[in-house]
Amino acid sequence: MINQDQITLAQATDPWGNPVASDEESSLLMQQDSSVLDPWGQSSSEPIPPQDSVATAGSWLDGIEQAPEVQNTLAEPFAAPWFDMRAIINDFVAVVVRQTRDFFDITKQPVEWVLDFFAWLLSSGLHPLIFILLFALLCWQLSGWKLAIGAVVGLVFLGAMNVWDEAMITLALVLSALFFCLIIGIPLGILMSKSDRFAGFLRPVLDAMQTTPAFVYLVPVVMLFGIGRIPGVIVTIIFSVPPLIRLTNLGIRQVPDDLVEASRSFGASARQILWRVQLPLATPTIMAGVNQALMLSLSMVVIASMIAVPGLGLMVLRGIGRLDVGLATVGGLAIVILAILLDRMTQSLGREARERGTRHWYQTGPIGWSLSLLQTLKSK
Amino acid sequence: MTVKLEVQSLYKVFGDRPKQALAMLAEGLTKEDVFQKTGQNVGVKDACLSINKGEIFVIMGLSGSGKSTLVRLLNRLIEPSAGKVLLDGEDISAMSDNQLRELRLKRISMVFQSFALMPHLNVMENVCFGLSLAGMPQDQQVQKASAALAQVGLAEHGNSYPDELSGGMQQRVGLARALAIDPEVLLMDEAFSALDPLIRAGMQDELLQLQAQKQRTIVFISHDLDEAMRIGDRIAIMQGGEVVQVGTPEDILHKPANDYVRSFFRGVNLAQVYSAKDIAKKPSTLIVRKHPKMGVATAINQLQENDREFGYVITPDRQWLGLVSLSSLVKADQKDQTLDSALLADAATLGADEPISEIIGSVATSAFALPVVDAKQQFIGVVSKTALLQSLDGDTSS
Repeated sequence: MINQDQITLAQATDPWGNPVASDEESSLLMQQDSSVLDPWGQSSSEPIPPQDSVATAGSWLDGIEQAPEVQNTLAEPFAAPWFDMRAIINDFVAVVVRQTRDFFDITKQPVEWVLDFFAWLLSSGLHPLIFILLFALLCWQLSGWKLAIGAVVGLVFLGAMNVWDEAMITLALVLSALFFCLIIGIPLGILMSKSDRFAGFLRPVLDAMQTTPAFVYLVPVVMLFGIGRIPGVIVTIIFSVPPLIRLTNLGIRQVPDDLVEASRSFGASARQILWRVQLPLATPTIMAGVNQALMLSLSMVVIASMIAVPGLGLMVLRGIGRLDVGLATVGGLAIVILAILLDRMTQSLGREARERGTRHWYQTGPIGWSLSLLQTLKSK
Repeated sequence: MTVKLEVQSLYKVFGDRPKQALAMLAEGLTKEDVFQKTGQNVGVKDACLSINKGEIFVIMGLSGSGKSTLVRLLNRLIEPSAGKVLLDGEDISAMSDNQLRELRLKRISMVFQSFALMPHLNVMENVCFGLSLAGMPQDQQVQKASAALAQVGLAEHGNSYPDELSGGMQQRVGLARALAIDPEVLLMDEAFSALDPLIRAGMQDELLQLQAQKQRTIVFISHDLDEAMRIGDRIAIMQGGEVVQVGTPEDILHKPANDYVRSFFRGVNLAQVYSAKDIAKKPSTLIVRKHPKMGVATAINQLQENDREFGYVITPDRQWLGLVSLSSLVKADQKDQTLDSALLADAATLGADEPISEIIGSVATSAFALPVVDAKQQFIGVVSKTALLQSLDGDTSS
């Protein structure tokens, strides 16, 4: 199906000959369809040559092929390739893609549903001002009133810069990725903590995942899932789930043995130990994992703009492409604001309740405030 | 006296080839040999105990002697490699997982050296822990837990968190947690070892009081002889995974099975271990009053022969009568009175069970060796200054 000679940039955008934008993408996020399909090709006046120069770009990329014939000699053993790795992989991938097409299409489904939900919620479900209010209340609850004020200022600034829609798209992508990180990462982490064998198997996989540079992740994902926002979320999940798995495992393993032993001595089953002792005590560590996953998601969502993922990352990418420093900076600034808010919020989740001076989350913030108000009203 | 918990030739081998190690032990090899040849570590070797209902049974030994392993074999926190543990004749080592859980929920509970309280639960929730695992309704849980907390004197602290309490209070919570399920057998693994000496003594007293209120079967692990002597009805001493001696504190004190057992007494505060009767000796001037009308002549003779100032008067069946001095005897002789009338009025005596630490003062200030009598006024002996000093020096053989 795919001949290596035919690979050009134009086809790489859609290697399966499938109209990506109209079918798979909701019109909401893909209002800039054309720009998504070709983020570099805005107009011919751009400094970087756009669409019409695809052929040139192709020949630049394919430069090795057009190099004059060279022979390997003892003096220069690596002048020419010994075997055509590229062709082997391309052939292999062609086969794999054809065989696994249906499977990966199915895998994409749940991601699409979740992403659509978040995208709808953040873009049209909630009025921006209501969103800001809710977000600020959440910040107040989780962290404190200082962060709530910061959230209001930051979010209003996003709107004022006219990047609200892009920011919401990015947030929807991040939240979707986080959602899947949680439902994949925490169970895997628990499993890892329970079985040394599974841990021994998973650890090298996680090592490999974490040593692979973010950029390289894009390659297999594009092959198997294509491009667009859903593959973007998938690559983000894969990129950001390892620390959550690791920290969940670590958190559970760090629960003091004597507590587990005491629980057993009182007749607790393995499930009761997990739910009543290990998970509550591992919560701060797991929350640190959630924080890490969230931060990695945000950075990956930006990098994933290279595979036509919309949002703030695309602004940065387009800004760089056009040497439009202003555009890139606006995108970057918005990302930083989002990152700081999300980081502060989740970091406070990881802190021990003791450090915050109270024992229970419902004793502080707007909820604690309304509860105590309710109580005073009742007592009157 | 019924046997509550019986341990029959129990073995625990740590390692992946316990069968091999057991076979070698059966051939008579020592723990060290087995470890050298197979790398298998023998934790408990051929332990046989029978623990009576309602007694405090102390298992004592140095670190690494297998006592903590042994107690965990009793409720199967550690799986035994061979042997049986019978609770009321029921074999714990053969129970299914569900039976075992049931046993731990209802019948055996444990107190830990490290307290092992759940830091995320408050005191009340901690005490409720065992009850809630059993699925008891909330109000019953609270009721039982409150009763248990009241027993250990922490009724007011239900809403505190463990990290707000002192060590002693935390261990009381641990004790309350174990008592809340109203267990038949209470296992206490070095329960008081992490506490400072004063608090420890207080906790021991409290345990004894609780035991006086309701007789539970308690298996108490300790490395501290003072503690074992104080609270134990019987003591088992472990060495290198083996039980080397089982007996009452007195048995072990007076007839140690080997040097290892004897070595326990070396660092021990003997003044608290020994009581007056342990160091009491037969006085050289013991005067037996054969009949009430007996005169004083023999008594004077006896004192003068031994060059002593005081004599100890008893009846032929060793009933304590009193003390006579040479001068009181001479006075009586002049008036031709009986021996009875020569008895000194204000002679102090020592109780047989008074610990040495309590009697040092009175012995030191007394002009004569103090007589020791038991609760039935039976004369046991006298404690002289010399005997007292010798006992404090750790030398009781002479």
